[in-house]
Order: sequence, then C-alpha cells, then structure tokens
Amino acid sequence: MTLSAQASGPDTGAAQGMTIVARTQGQMIRRRFFRHRAALAGMILFGFVVVLSFSSIGFMGVPGWWDKSYLTTGALVNQGKPTLSVVPEFLGGSGIHLGEHPFGQDDIGVDYFAKTMRGTQQSIIVAFLVAIVATTVGTLVGAVSGYYRGKTEAVLMRFTDVMITIPVLVIAAVVGRRFGASGVVVLGVFIGLVIWPSMARLLRGEFLSLREKEFVEAARALGTSARRIIFRHILPNTVGVIIVSATLTVANAVLLESALSFLGLGVQAPDTSLGQLINEYRTAMVTRPWLFWWPGIFIIAIALSINFIGDGLRDAFDPRQTRVRA
Amino acid sequence: MTTPPNVPLDPQALDPQTIDPHAYEDAAHLLDSAEEVHVGRTLQDARPPSQEEILRVENLTVEFPTEDGVVHAVRGVSYGLREREVLGIVGESGSGKSVSSLAVMGLLPKNARVKGRILFRGDDMLKMSARKQRGLRGRKIAMIFQDPMTALNPVHSIGDQLAEAVLAHELMPRKTALARAKEMLDLVGIPQAEARLRSYPHEFSGGMRQRAMIAMAVINNPDVIIADEPTTALDVTVQAQILEKLLEVKDAVNAAIVLITHDLGVIAGMAHRVLVMYAGRPVELGDTDPVFEEPRMPYTAGLLGSIPSLEGGGSSRLRPIKGTPPSLINLPTGCPFSPRCPLATDVCREQEPPLAETDSGGHYAACHHWDKLAAVEDPTVFFRTESETVA
Repeated sequence: MTLSAQASGPDTGAAQGMTIVARTQGQMIRRRFFRHRAALAGMILFGFVVVLSFSSIGFMGVPGWWDKSYLTTGALVNQGKPTLSVVPEFLGGSGIHLGEHPFGQDDIGVDYFAKTMRGTQQSIIVAFLVAIVATTVGTLVGAVSGYYRGKTEAVLMRFTDVMITIPVLVIAAVVGRRFGASGVVVLGVFIGLVIWPSMARLLRGEFLSLREKEFVEAARALGTSARRIIFRHILPNTVGVIIVSATLTVANAVLLESALSFLGLGVQAPDTSLGQLINEYRTAMVTRPWLFWWPGIFIIAIALSINFIGDGLRDAFDPRQTRVRA
Repeated sequence: MTTPPNVPLDPQALDPQTIDPHAYEDAAHLLDSAEEVHVGRTLQDARPPSQEEILRVENLTVEFPTEDGVVHAVRGVSYGLREREVLGIVGESGSGKSVSSLAVMGLLPKNARVKGRILFRGDDMLKMSARKQRGLRGRKIAMIFQDPMTALNPVHSIGDQLAEAVLAHELMPRKTALARAKEMLDLVGIPQAEARLRSYPHEFSGGMRQRAMIAMAVINNPDVIIADEPTTALDVTVQAQILEKLLEVKDAVNAAIVLITHDLGVIAGMAHRVLVMYAGRPVELGDTDPVFEEPRMPYTAGLLGSIPSLEGGGSSRLRPIKGTPPSLINLPTGCPFSPRCPLATDVCREQEPPLAETDSGGHYAACHHWDKLAAVEDPTVFFRTESETVA
C-alpha cells in the first residue's frame, strides 16, 4: 500500500509528492488472501479434492471420467489390494500408474476409489450445509440478542441454553433416524439446526462488546436504523469470528456425520459417506488397512484445508492487518 | 489561543443605541482594534447568527438510577441556540455538559430519566416517535465525537461510511452518495479526496480522521452540529486547523454549533455565547466576551484564574479552585459551588441561586453575590493563594 501513515496528508502538507494508489476492497482482500501461503495451499488442496470427487464418478446423473461405479461389484483383483503406484521404475518400483483399482476393492469387490469419491462428495455436501445453516441461524440469534438486549435477549438466550443442554448426538440421532434416508441435504440442514447455539453465544458476546463502541453510537447519531446498524456497522466487524467458527463447524460436521453413520443413523447404505466407510472398515485396520486409510486421508485433507482457508480469510477480511501491507 | 485579558472592556459603552452614530463608528473601530489585542472571537463570521432560535432546551433534567442512588447528571438546563450561532458549553468532567447534549441527540442509555423539553424548530423531540426522532438525527442535528479513531468504523472505507450517512436518510444510488462524499472530503480539506474515499480509518492521521468526522456530520446539511470535545483527542498543532475548518464548514452549510469543551481558549476563539455548567446546572450564560472579561459567577472566575496567561508575565501565579466537584448523588444543599467558593455565605449554603440576569443584558449568572464580582477589577483575585497575599 502506498498510502500509509507516513503521509499524514493535509496536516503535514506532505501530500503533494505522494501518489495514492487506490485499490478496491475486493482487490485488497484477494491480495491479502493470496499472500497467506497456508491458505493458498489449503485452497488448492480443497479445490483438488472437490474437483476429483465430483468429476471422477459424476454427480446427480452426470457421468464422470472414472469407469466404475460405487454401486457395482467386480471380480476381486489381487485380493482387493490397491493398484495405485507412485514409485517410478528407476527407483525399483513398478512405475507411476493408476491400475484397475487404484484404491483397491472392498470385501465384495466394489471399486474403492469410486466408493471413497462418493463418500467425499456426501461428506462435503453435509459439512457445508451444516456450516451454512448453523452459521446463519447462530449469527442471527446472536446478533439480535446481543444488540437489542433486554427481553429479546433473555428469551433467545434461554432458548439457546435449552438447545445447548440437549446432547447434540441425541437430537442428531432422532433426526438421523427420521431423515437419514431422505438424503444428505435434509440431514445436513437438520444437523445445522441443532448445532447453532455455540455460534449464537459467540456472536452475542461480540455484539455485546461492539454495541458499546463509539462508532455504533456515531451511527446512531447519524440516524441509522437498528437493522442497518446490526448488518452494516457491527456484523462486518465480526467477520473474523464468523469465518473461523464456520470453518471449525465444517470440520466438526464431517466428524459428526461420521459419528452418526457409526450409529447407523447417518447416510444409509447403499449410499455412503467418509464416516460410514471408516466405521465400516475400522476392524479391517490390520488385514486390509487401505479400506480404513483412504477415507481417513480424505477426512483429514478436507478438515485441514478448510481450516487453513478460514485462517487466510480471517486475515484477508481484516483491513487492520498491517503485516501484508507492502 | 490566548487567555482572557485583564483589559476591561465595557460593552455598554459601545452599545450603538446609547451613543450617536458617529461615535459608534469610532467605537466600532475601537472594538476592531481591541479584538486584535485580546481574545474575542478570533475567527471572522462570514454569516453572523440570526435571532431566530432553532433549538431550544427547556428545563432539561437527566437522572440515572444506580445502585448507590440516583445520579442527578443534569438538573435543569435551559438554553436557546440561534441559527448559525456557535454556543460554547464549558464545565469540568461530570458537570453534565456531555449528558445534556446526548439527551438532545436522543443517545442516552435506556435507563436514563429525561425530563423537560427539547424543541427543534418548535417540535418537542422528547415527545416525538422514535422514527421521527431518528429522521432528525444525522439529517437535521449531527454530532461530532471526541475520539475520531473509535467513532469511525474500522472495517469500512471512509467513502463507504460517508455514503452510509447519506443512505441512512435518502434512497439514492451508491454512486451519487459517493460523489457527495467526495465533495465533503474536498470541503474539509482532505487532498486527493477521490482516492481517499477508498482508504480505511487506520490509514488516516488523527487530524484527517476528525476532518472525515466533520465531513460525515455535515454531509446531510444539518441545521445543528453538536461537537463534543472535537479536539480533545488531537495534537495541539492540529487543534486550531480542525476548529478553523469546523467554522468554515459550518458557514458552508449554514449550521449552528453547540461546542462542548473544557478548553476555555477554544471557547474564547470560537463561540458567540458561552454556557458555563457546574454540577449539572448552568451557572453562567452570556456573550463570550462579557462572560470571560466580567464573570458574574465565582466558578467562572475561578476557571479563568486557573489557566496560565501570557499577559501576566512569568511571575503571575495560577489560582486554582480548591476542592473537588460535589458528588451528583449527594448534592450539598444550597449552591453546589458553595463548599469551594471564597465568597460563600450562609445564604449560599441554604439556597440554590437561580440563573438570573445580571448587570448587563443577556448575561445571566446563578450567584447570590454576583455584585461582589462586579465590584472588583480582577475577579480572579478571590482565588489567590496565601503565598500571593503577602506580595
């Protein structure tokens, strides 16, 4: 940034020699984000996982480039061991190739690559739905109760308290049993409607402190309406908190979905999800470890990359960050 | 800024009605030259105030119930603000000067008990619907806050915030609002306004931030600007520039200013009239020059004696007011200043004096003994320290 505190403008009279290169807010956010190496790596990794999972086996009737389905069985090749090879021949390996079943096959001969990709798709959908729903509801409840205080706050926060005292798993289990078979979309929305209270509490705290700030009073002195103050003046100041919390929710949702699937209440067979795969084959750890490791690797990849992206976004959205000012 | 002088200047001798026109010309000339030597209003008026009152505060009281008892923050403040006038409100911390103006803005916390009348062009703002009151705020009555760092939203660019001030009251394309914002930044003297619209508050210096606050206050062409210690958070060298800009901008939009400060120098240089507050009550009100030159309330005299003066030379002593302001929960009976007042008598301790007209017209004071102050040449003499009496 060429405009910086060194030129204090009219007060020092130093403004004549300065050129001010203005950037739009979007440009600045992008710039800050791309300077964040971990975030960039996270985004590339996450983009790769998404593209791989959706393009390989196709989605919602659109065919992908992988020729096997996660629903059809085939003859067991090489006891179902993965055929993927990444060690080149000159290093004594068998060369770089995918082979017939790169991730191997499960116990009944289904291609495990297709199965893992399907699970990845489902987990990503559930995780994002949960994050979106929980963040929206939690933000609204927290913002309204934190800003208005009084009776509104009392009612909303007591409701939040009640929601928080009920174990998430119990509600999710009831919801899962009832709606698990209706597909991941319904499942995701319902889990989201269950886990918003922590977000609401966080946002309420932020609003409680921000509403006392002088710039809020200044906005009130300008005759700004309450709704405008909440959404235009205070909410942007909480973007950091919201993003970090939302990314953590994504990671949590992947795990929650796994837990539900373990109880048989999540995604129902023959459909599958990463959590379901892990739980199904956790006993195969010793005999056929690849059945456990592939979905595990993808869960880690998703959770980790989303967290890095969230970290980068939080930094990028905060204009007070001076670290990346050039 | 200089401090009020010891040169007595009798306004009645210069009153155009009591002397013949030719003498008046001389007198006016005298007054002009007199203004060069002493305080007066150092800044010229492009548009002098009219007699019409746009804001009238009548018997305003503000109370805050607390666990320790009721805090009587403001106890019966009345004043009128004329069009294009600068009214200074001085007082120390806790004298109710900020609270009374927050009451005018309708920005007091919900637990505050506000009584009295606040008339804006004849309409009582305290009886208005919240929506109507909000319509006045920012559009007709604007406020400039003390600390421009915290009063600007850190996550929005300056241009966005200025545009927001317009859009809060009018529906228009954002582009039009931004064009208005640029005009205002030009008006307050921020160079390269176009590019600065996209800057964030942290990229501005303190003076520029306060300029931006002024721009935000006047962007809707308000009739009244309430400036709550607008220069307290600023560097002394920047203060004068900001105040000058404030007056310039006020003339540009034809607004009146309520200037709240504890800096007597600022009042002397800027205000047409001054209201001195003590313990939640106005204790002296009048045109700036008479109040500063011939205070009729010992508290004002004490304030004047407690600031250093260039004219007295290095040898003159400061004459501080002894004691501290009273608690606003347990006010002493009688005049709240009586425990600290060198002129206090029994009547002061029993009866709180009303704000009443004194010897000169338009000069009000709340003191039983204002005539004693009128009798001496240097009213600060009552506050002299013991070591000084010897000399």
